[in-house]
Amino acid sequence: MGAVLPLSSLLDARRVWRGRAAPAPAGEQPTGWAALDAVLPAGGWPEASLSEILLPLDGVGELQLVLPTLARLSHGSRPVLLVAPPYAPCVAGWRQHGVDMRRVEIVTAGEGEVLWAMEQCLRSGSCAAVLAWPRQADDRALRRLQVAADGGRALAFAFRDRRHLSNASPAALRLELEALPQARVWVRKCRGGAVPAQPVALSRTLS
Amino acid sequence: MLWACILLPQLALDGVLRRRPGDGPLVLVAGAAHARSIVAANTAAREAGLRVGQRLSAAQALSAPFEALPYEPELADRWHRFLAAVAYRYSSEVSLLPHAIVLEVSRSLSLFGAWPRLESLLRADLEALGFRHRISAAPTAHAAHVLAGVADGQAVLERAHLRHALQRIPLQKSRLPAAAVEALPGMGIRTLGQLLSLPRDGLRRRFGADLLLALDRLTGDAPAGLEAYRPPDGFDLRVELSHEVENIGALIFPLRRMTADLAAWLAGRDGGVQRFVLQLEHREGITEVAVGLLAPEREAGMLFELARGRLEPVQLPQPVLAMRLIARDLPPFVPAGRDLFDERPAHALPIGQLRERLRARLGDRAVHQLGSTTDPRPERAQKVAARDDDWQEPSPRPTWLLDRPMPLRGPAPRILAGPERLETGWWDGGEVCRDYYVVETAQGQRAWAFCAPGERAGWMLQGWFA
Repeated sequence: MGAVLPLSSLLDARRVWRGRAAPAPAGEQPTGWAALDAVLPAGGWPEASLSEILLPLDGVGELQLVLPTLARLSHGSRPVLLVAPPYAPCVAGWRQHGVDMRRVEIVTAGEGEVLWAMEQCLRSGSCAAVLAWPRQADDRALRRLQVAADGGRALAFAFRDRRHLSNASPAALRLELEALPQARVWVRKCRGGAVPAQPVALSRTLS
Repeated sequence: MLWACILLPQLALDGVLRRRPGDGPLVLVAGAAHARSIVAANTAAREAGLRVGQRLSAAQALSAPFEALPYEPELADRWHRFLAAVAYRYSSEVSLLPHAIVLEVSRSLSLFGAWPRLESLLRADLEALGFRHRISAAPTAHAAHVLAGVADGQAVLERAHLRHALQRIPLQKSRLPAAAVEALPGMGIRTLGQLLSLPRDGLRRRFGADLLLALDRLTGDAPAGLEAYRPPDGFDLRVELSHEVENIGALIFPLRRMTADLAAWLAGRDGGVQRFVLQLEHREGITEVAVGLLAPEREAGMLFELARGRLEPVQLPQPVLAMRLIARDLPPFVPAGRDLFDERPAHALPIGQLRERLRARLGDRAVHQLGSTTDPRPERAQKVAARDDDWQEPSPRPTWLLDRPMPLRGPAPRILAGPERLETGWWDGGEVCRDYYVVETAQGQRAWAFCAPGERAGWMLQGWFA
């Protein structure tokens, strides 16, 4: 062992243990919002889990929150499914956010079928992310979705009204959006870490 | 040459039994109205003491109540042909013999594996379809037929061993011309071995050329002389229900059988189905349920689930007497390729099948994609299934779009960007002249709204920057 080795190659090969914590692993599913990634325990969306997004009204930035993720996923191998969106997605607007609309499928479903359709999509294992706007979802229904997301290795997003905040939820992550006085995101529940005390500001750019 | 023979001892009975869920005593009867006799009985009926050949009146006196259905030769014939189509999957040379199907399998062995494996595949298929059977193999078709009649599972794979295997077979089971089978035991000839060792010209003088030809076919000295079976180009299966059915739920069991039959038949011709029709026959008229798929399919579970999804919402105007499945559109089927190291979970469903499942329950137009058009008017800027391109709109566009604009209520919004003038469409009657702005409402929502040119009032909401 008389050879001279550069230190960096040893460190890179992880053959030398350093008594300092390694930097937190980059999340597998970053949200695209650096400030939000920094406070979430998984460094992004919880993998293969249900995330609940609670909003006071439509149009307060709920899609902006997920569009960076959808843009990234829409260039992957599995498509993104929207189940019963409240309005039609504007193709030009989504494209401005970098989403490939050829990889986004829209499922129209009646109110009673939304949860069934979402579960089928999640369970199939052939969707990267499934977004749904369920009106009536109780604790049991959300638990089913959580199990289906886990089984199908997909990201599930459920957009619901803020009044559901007081009800317990089996979702791995609960975010609450606030529009006034400025757009902010509160983390209300996150599995695997403490809930941050401060909200994260959401900068709302026009595309 | 190696021929497999599938003997179907209870073809007519199995054809009837497989479409009814219960297993009470049941017999098939045939003959003139005043002298009907039993031609087939299921297990429960035999346990109750009913025998084939019994007069129906005698049976009724003997036994507790049982079900008696007329024996329909044409129905048995249809099942016979159906099973030949299923066997066609394993060989291109399939022929029909009385109560049996023979197929030439010597060239199939390299594809499906050695004979025991092919035999188990055949048995699994017949088991799944609900037909009792005996299977044998021999170097000639007629020898295989004879062996299957003697015992189940016999296989003579070498031509050299054939004569030896035929030695001990009693003449009653030899399927030779009836006149010879009756006369020969009187001459002390009881087995095929004895018969084969007799001088040929003596046999010809006594029994004619027919017997010699049959013997030569048995040993392979003459060609089998069978007509090759050709599968039909369309699938048409009709099942009469045992009673009038008033709710859809009771049709599910026969439907499962029918779709499984369709799948087996499709596998036989190595094709798929893209469209099929379920006809529910009433006393007057029929109800048609069309099942359309995005791509050819042939997997039994998938076909059943899709057909069920279409059938369940149907409202029955009258009770159903019979159900019929017709498939004419049979494109070639290309199985989807899967990665060898696919990491998806075991119960995963490919995206195509997921779409079919959603469409079956939610409607044909339930799953769609949006693409943009070249029209700048927001109401016409995108449509379902349009080809999407990469063109980027330079001005801001919202993420949600309303189907039609509606008044924006509340106090006057704060303007963030705009105006963007849209003035077009005068040539097709949909003329618009609008100034679009990005505005923020008092609740903090960001909206895409327009008003008449030059005015900043009377806001109409077109979309949300959600």
